[in-house]
Amino acid sequence: MSAAKNINISLQIWRQKNSKEKGKMETYKLNDVSTASSFLEMLDQLNEQLVNERKEPIAFDHDCREGICGMCSLYINGRAHGPDTGITTCQLHMRMFNDGDTIVIEPWRSAAFPVIKDLIVDRTSFDRIQQAGGFVSVNTSGNTIDANATPVPKDDADKAFEAAACIGCGACVATCKNGSAMLFVGAKVSQYALLPQGRVEATARVLNMVRQMDEEGFGNCTNTGACEIECPKGISLENIARMNREYLSASLK
Amino acid sequence: MAKSAILKSSIAKKVAMALSGLFLISFLSLHFFINFVSVFSENSFNAMSHFMGYNPLIQFVMQPVLVAGVVFHFVMGFVLELKNRNARPVAYVKFDGAANSSWASRNMIISGLVVLAFLGLHMYDFWFHEMVYKYVESNVIDETRYYDELVAKFESPVRTGLYCVAFVLLALHLWHGFTSSLQSVGFDNKIGKSLHKICYAFAIIVPFGFIFIALFHHFNN
Repeated sequence: MSAAKNINISLQIWRQKNSKEKGKMETYKLNDVSTASSFLEMLDQLNEQLVNERKEPIAFDHDCREGICGMCSLYINGRAHGPDTGITTCQLHMRMFNDGDTIVIEPWRSAAFPVIKDLIVDRTSFDRIQQAGGFVSVNTSGNTIDANATPVPKDDADKAFEAAACIGCGACVATCKNGSAMLFVGAKVSQYALLPQGRVEATARVLNMVRQMDEEGFGNCTNTGACEIECPKGISLENIARMNREYLSASLK
Repeated sequence: MAKSAILKSSIAKKVAMALSGLFLISFLSLHFFINFVSVFSENSFNAMSHFMGYNPLIQFVMQPVLVAGVVFHFVMGFVLELKNRNARPVAYVKFDGAANSSWASRNMIISGLVVLAFLGLHMYDFWFHEMVYKYVESNVIDETRYYDELVAKFESPVRTGLYCVAFVLLALHLWHGFTSSLQSVGFDNKIGKSLHKICYAFAIIVPFGFIFIALFHHFNN
């Protein structure tokens, strides 16, 4: 790995006061950015500069900063989570950029993810989809059967685990040219459909989650595969195919 | 959940789009086979064309089903395109689609519109002519006219060129559409991946085969 150096960059960032007002792109210059810093640390540095200039800092989502929580979003230079694959924005580093670069930063764009402020969007549509069926009803009154007491084929367990790795960041929706949420919903449906504990409510789950997805205003999947490429957790398109099968079989019941 | 709500769902539309596409692919295969016969046997081509043109099952059952399939596929394509555009009311300032998806997959509406325009020309060239010949002018049955009619259409370099361009766009449409339709109806990647190779081969062989047929008749007659 090459040694860290400082670079000067130009930033074009979407600024929007609140959900009601119209936003616009604004340009900022930022000097002496260490290539060893993370992308979010670069934004912290910019915000410090803005505060010192008595300007409003840029609002952006972040939490764990280690690629687990799914809070950080950002559409960077035309790609969800920026110019790399298999990462969230907090895992993106400034070594991916060069001195003199102009970096364009936008919020996730989707009718179902309205902008709250600047780069922060409202992703509660995902929560409502989860509430529509993304769970198993378990009796927790002391009669719960240990999950390990129910045998699960290794292949199914692995696939369920891979689907459960979805952190609900919304990169699939952001990157899809149609603004479709089918990779997210496909992962959530698969995670349970593959396990015996999830089969009990499988029919209602897939019907209700897809209905909620449609009501939220997400677009239709056309299988471009962009979501799979940009997903920080590598959720496979297989999950969409599985959801389609689950939905078709549930529709016929 | 009501069945009507299920039929209106995004997945039902996606599956309907896929099934209509697969149906059109099956027709395209038959069409290609018959046209390809014209390259090496004038008589066989005439016999097959006559059968297709006068068999009552094909004329009065399969032909309307085909027209319905074509209309449904295009109308549903536009409906889905409109819904998808509404799903992103504010466009990105910078969108690097090429970083994660193919041009063919992102531009099905463009390749579809070109194929639709081509179908207009194709219907005018052959279907409209056939309807006038049979039902308006009430000409006598001539089982040997089809080959000559086909060759006559490919005399014009402009028309032959338009056909070739349209088939390149059809290849792009099929390149994404065939594999996409299998994914839509729920084919798992395990089975799907082996089928994908057949789909890609079809997307190349059939449209470029049509181009070969058009050029063959243009340069040989």
